[in-house]
Amino acid sequence: MSGGPFDGKAVVTGAGKSQVGRRLGRTGLDLTIEAVTRAIADAGLSVDDIDGIASYPGPGVPDLGFSGATITEVRNALGLRSRWYLSSTETAGQIGPAIEACMAVTLGLANHVVVYRSVWESTAQAGAGRASVLFGGGALSGHLEYTGPFGALSAANWLSMPAQRYMHDFGLTREQLSAIPLNARANAGLNPDAIYRDPLTLDDYLGARMISEPLCLFDCDVPCDGATAVIISRRDATAGLPRHPLTVESVGTGMFERATWDQRVDVTTMAAHDVAATLWEHTTLGPADVDHAQLYDGFSFLTVMWLEALGFAEHGKVGPFIEGGERIALDGPLPLNTSGGQLSGGRLHGMGFLHEACVQLWGEGGERQARNNPEVAVVGVGGGPVGGAMLLSTR
Amino acid sequence: MTDTDSPAHASSPAHASSPAPASSPAYARPERRLLPQPTAESEAFWTGGRDGRLLISHCRACKHFFHPPGPVCWRCRSTDVGPEPVSGRATVAAYTINRQPWIPGYPPPYVVAMVELADEPDVRLITNIVDVPLDEVRVGLEVEVFFEQWPAEPGPDDSPVWLPLFRPATAAVGGAR
Repeated sequence: MSGGPFDGKAVVTGAGKSQVGRRLGRTGLDLTIEAVTRAIADAGLSVDDIDGIASYPGPGVPDLGFSGATITEVRNALGLRSRWYLSSTETAGQIGPAIEACMAVTLGLANHVVVYRSVWESTAQAGAGRASVLFGGGALSGHLEYTGPFGALSAANWLSMPAQRYMHDFGLTREQLSAIPLNARANAGLNPDAIYRDPLTLDDYLGARMISEPLCLFDCDVPCDGATAVIISRRDATAGLPRHPLTVESVGTGMFERATWDQRVDVTTMAAHDVAATLWEHTTLGPADVDHAQLYDGFSFLTVMWLEALGFAEHGKVGPFIEGGERIALDGPLPLNTSGGQLSGGRLHGMGFLHEACVQLWGEGGERQARNNPEVAVVGVGGGPVGGAMLLSTR
Repeated sequence: MTDTDSPAHASSPAHASSPAPASSPAYARPERRLLPQPTAESEAFWTGGRDGRLLISHCRACKHFFHPPGPVCWRCRSTDVGPEPVSGRATVAAYTINRQPWIPGYPPPYVVAMVELADEPDVRLITNIVDVPLDEVRVGLEVEVFFEQWPAEPGPDDSPVWLPLFRPATAAVGGAR
């Protein structure tokens, strides 16, 4: 309850999720308002109590459906009287704005900040497919200038290379890696909101078509429509609220090398490693204290990166750690991606993990509730040169 | 530079139709690639192939290469930097066989790789490895650059670029082809 970068002053008081699905045909703003108002109600607050708002990525993102609604749109739609607001992509991953909201409430700039992430890629890209979005037309800017000419347009290509090198150097097998998507699917089967709920077997996985070797279809997450939101509150402002406030024990925001997909000194590490280093610097808690983990799985290999970055396994040794999936199952010592992650639950793009961490800490996972009555959760979000992490507790 | 004949190689339609042994499929230039629009900083990287040269940003203060190009050396922060030719030799650091069609006119499979330059292993380029069977690409494979000009036959309004692609290195290290 005290110590850490926010000295116990930043807490989560509510969480909300919109309808989640494929090609829902609803607008991004519509879904966003649903998630935001549900989170506000979940916290026992009214819209008029909300005096801060934050989101990733904000305006100016060209990808169709990647941004459901800007904070300006949400502020205007709800008539928010905000004392602090922020959106950003150049921050600690897709949960960076949640971390900044913790700073805002700790400093007293706001009492209750609603933080959301909203996507409607499934509807926006319907008909033309994912490739059309990546192809896009227009100039190849930034990183794409140096990858696009070689047909490496997708993060599937950029991340399959470190995955290949990790397998080469450390002997990670596809069978071991399959534990990530198979665990996600098993959990999704217990989550009514998940996109893919039918059982997935090892044979299904090994027989799936390759996207960019060594990553197959089931190593890639599924675009969806949906929005998630949480309420970050100043602890002093939580008297009388219905939920037990969840303490933000620490956050990880490190980025020690150039933010590139290919120039990092060790190809088999990512920004996640720097993020995790800073997360543990700020707290007396350690990996052994974590009861469940919500770790980004836009691609299965990214979860491998987070597991070793956060210290659950040594560098290079995630294969044996996840093999068979017992350790990361709901009844294992480290339940992982309990809602089905993005692989089976849908690409809510980072914030879905923070939402699920809160649901689990409040003990409201229903059939998918972690069996170890979790009190401490770690959330790690992002891949490649993108990353942010939060450590939450019921203490 | 080992490969001054590269532009002709890349733009010759005859190359694609020449018979190739099954064990070593000859590279066929795709119908289409997405092309960079060089900036003041990246111009040298994308056009050095005109003269058969792979030009990489180099720091005159600390003598290291760096990539992507920029106005300052990230290692020593000197602004005394500029493009310099490298040997064109490199080693495959990591690779993927892309199986998913992303770009109309550029059908899979094709190999995307990170290669580390012999001149500065810390510098990696994303590129394609060609002229080698898919199952023979591996970490540590020694490769050498050649250039593919786009468009192959530039019109009056085109500013062509030369994409650095890589193929298995010839046995004679540093020798002329």
